[in-house]
Amino acid sequence: MLSRTADNLYWIARYMERADTIARLLEVGSRISLLPSAHGYRSEWDSLLQAAGLATLFARKYGDPVQRNIESFLFFDRDNPSSVASCLTAARENGRIVRTALTTQVWDALNTAFQELKQLERAERSTLELSRLTDWVMRHAAMVRGAIDATLLRDDGFNFLNIGYYLERGDNTARLMDVKYYVLLPRVEFVGSGLDNYQWTTLLRAMGAHRAFHWAYGGEVTAAKIADFLILNPQSPRSLATCAAGLVNHLGRVAKAYGRETLAQEKARELLAGIERATTDAIFDEGLHEFLSRYIGEAADLANAIHEAYLSGEMR
Amino acid sequence: MSQFNEMYQGAAVRVPYARLQDWVATMPQELRSLKQAEAEALFRRIGITFAVYGEGGDPDRLIPFDMFPRVFNAAEWGKLEKGIKQRARALNAFLVDVYGRGEIIRAGRIPARLVYQNEAYEKAVAGFVPPKGVYSHIVGVDIVRTGPDEFYVLEDNCRTPSGVSYMLESREIMMRMFPDLFRENRIEPVDGYSEKLRRTLASVAPRKCRGEPTVVILTPGHFNSAYYEHSLLADLMGVELVEGQDLFVDGEFVYMRTTEGPRRVDVIYRRIDDAFLDPLCFRPDSMLGVPGLMDVYRSGGVTICSAPGAGVADDKAVYTYVPEMVRFYLGEEPILQNVPTWQCGKPDDLGHVLDKLPDLVVKEVHGSGGYGMLVGPKASKDEIERFRLKLTEDPGNYIAQPTLALSTVPTFVEEGVAPRHVDLRPYCLVGERIELVPGGLTRVALKEGSLVVNSSQGGGVKDTWVLAE
Repeated sequence: MLSRTADNLYWIARYMERADTIARLLEVGSRISLLPSAHGYRSEWDSLLQAAGLATLFARKYGDPVQRNIESFLFFDRDNPSSVASCLTAARENGRIVRTALTTQVWDALNTAFQELKQLERAERSTLELSRLTDWVMRHAAMVRGAIDATLLRDDGFNFLNIGYYLERGDNTARLMDVKYYVLLPRVEFVGSGLDNYQWTTLLRAMGAHRAFHWAYGGEVTAAKIADFLILNPQSPRSLATCAAGLVNHLGRVAKAYGRETLAQEKARELLAGIERATTDAIFDEGLHEFLSRYIGEAADLANAIHEAYLSGEMR
Repeated sequence: MSQFNEMYQGAAVRVPYARLQDWVATMPQELRSLKQAEAEALFRRIGITFAVYGEGGDPDRLIPFDMFPRVFNAAEWGKLEKGIKQRARALNAFLVDVYGRGEIIRAGRIPARLVYQNEAYEKAVAGFVPPKGVYSHIVGVDIVRTGPDEFYVLEDNCRTPSGVSYMLESREIMMRMFPDLFRENRIEPVDGYSEKLRRTLASVAPRKCRGEPTVVILTPGHFNSAYYEHSLLADLMGVELVEGQDLFVDGEFVYMRTTEGPRRVDVIYRRIDDAFLDPLCFRPDSMLGVPGLMDVYRSGGVTICSAPGAGVADDKAVYTYVPEMVRFYLGEEPILQNVPTWQCGKPDDLGHVLDKLPDLVVKEVHGSGGYGMLVGPKASKDEIERFRLKLTEDPGNYIAQPTLALSTVPTFVEEGVAPRHVDLRPYCLVGERIELVPGGLTRVALKEGSLVVNSSQGGGVKDTWVLAE
């Protein structure tokens, strides 16, 4: 397959997953802001921007983190490359370039999201509730994902799409968990309090994992259980363990099909091994934020190796 | 000017359109609006859109689709097919000749200046004969009709004629929306086009190719207005759609960059102009091309379709001589006629053109897309005077033709159904064999009375039917 085509497929997946995460992030933010808290909603929205890595960009354009501006910024703003609108547009544009590598169903799902987005953009803002918007994004992200799973040939293109999904999803899970770190950082005494639990629950809800968590663990929501669920548990669809295993699997399939291994496979295996070795105790000893940052860094290294080996077209 | 309406002969409905009479008469207004909306939604969902250069606006603009089909019976098509294939053979023979010995020029049948001083004449390929002696592998012949048996060729497109995706998609959409029409009428299918195109391209594999040739389509990229078409054809043929950056030259061959490393390419169906093929050979400032491509081409390592230099055959001044080419190379009389054309570069012709300017159509020799042309009878006094000035300043840059009474086909308009002017572009494939699928692109001028069918100027498209015998 053309390297450029593989690159486009990979980015379709990354952008769709990112749009999904941004929507979930908005959901987390609006739920947290409904809570009475010691330092008001302001700093919590700010933490959210910090976690998404968008605080500087936001501050430069809007100044203070007012909820309505944050909503516009994260959802509609084309100046923000990670906004839902930017991501859906970029995913569709990448899809348009590689129409030949997609089924009609996948293209349809990408294109429909984009066409509906244009309608949303024309609608009066006051008629658009945030919950409706976030539901809308998650629905379309699921439709694209579903069309890929149901209709696409299981060839190398399928693997590159999945590699994009797992890389982005792992990164996003790590960042969403980090929101908690930013929110709680100023007041250590909240740890283990009712507020703390409420915030963890909200996070689970945003990841669509609220029910699943209770099925798997039961009882009280604790930081340790959550870390286990979102980092170590291979049953959890968004856990880092699941994402790393997905990367090892799809990169393995690529290597097998092409009859050779690259640095990318090696790095993926290291990433997975690092998670499999970890325990919740070890994670909290190291510091949750530090552990997550390390994961994000290693995954970025892996992304570079994948680019070098397959997407840049420089392989000889 | 009496205009031929292809549906009627006097008050009677002509045979090919017989069944459409009932179809349109019994179609309730609501159904019509519903179907029109459905067609538009389908086109949009498929993503078949058209961007007009230099106009800005919505890059996802649709070309209007008219549901009323344009119909030929087997006998009408039979004549067209013969005429088009004849023309495609003559044009290719001409190209081989002018890049070779130039017999037609030595014989004094066409002026040397017109060929060798032509901007489209590619000195870089003089003396080179492409595989199977084919320069133009897809010949788009634009045809207009003025009466039951009168067809004229308006122009030839020997480089990279576009629009075939509309032929294919219009048919898909019509079949989906009106299956009954296809049950009642015996309509020749057009979906064999992509397989025929693939076969044609594979049949001109280069000398050094071993085994099954690898074919690719070379596109300028997804910002190009015809990108949808490029990707559709790649998809239907099952070949890679590449950009210049995906190709590179190493030694004697061209390769594409793949996830498994370099893969050799044998045949390139390019949808970019000569000037952007190879910065080492043509435009050093081009970012689109593949450095070294022309060297590989000339040494038989890759085939480029259409061959660089093919454009000299579809120049509007050379066009006048195509009937002469048919006689010279094939020893036959042309089946399809040219529109009488005045070369403004000739003093006598120029005098006549300047006299009759308000009645004529004036075109730039190298223009396309309906830009930079004057339609005398529709133009204002000012426009005519402006053209008069241009003509006197640079006469060689223009040709003129009489305003033809283009045929009309019933078309859905606001008030119901009304006649609108149409033309036709069939796509003739030239490789080891010469093939033509029964159909083509019918363009329709949607504005009442308008003769300009170009999509950039408010034209639309129709499905084109050829009825089986």
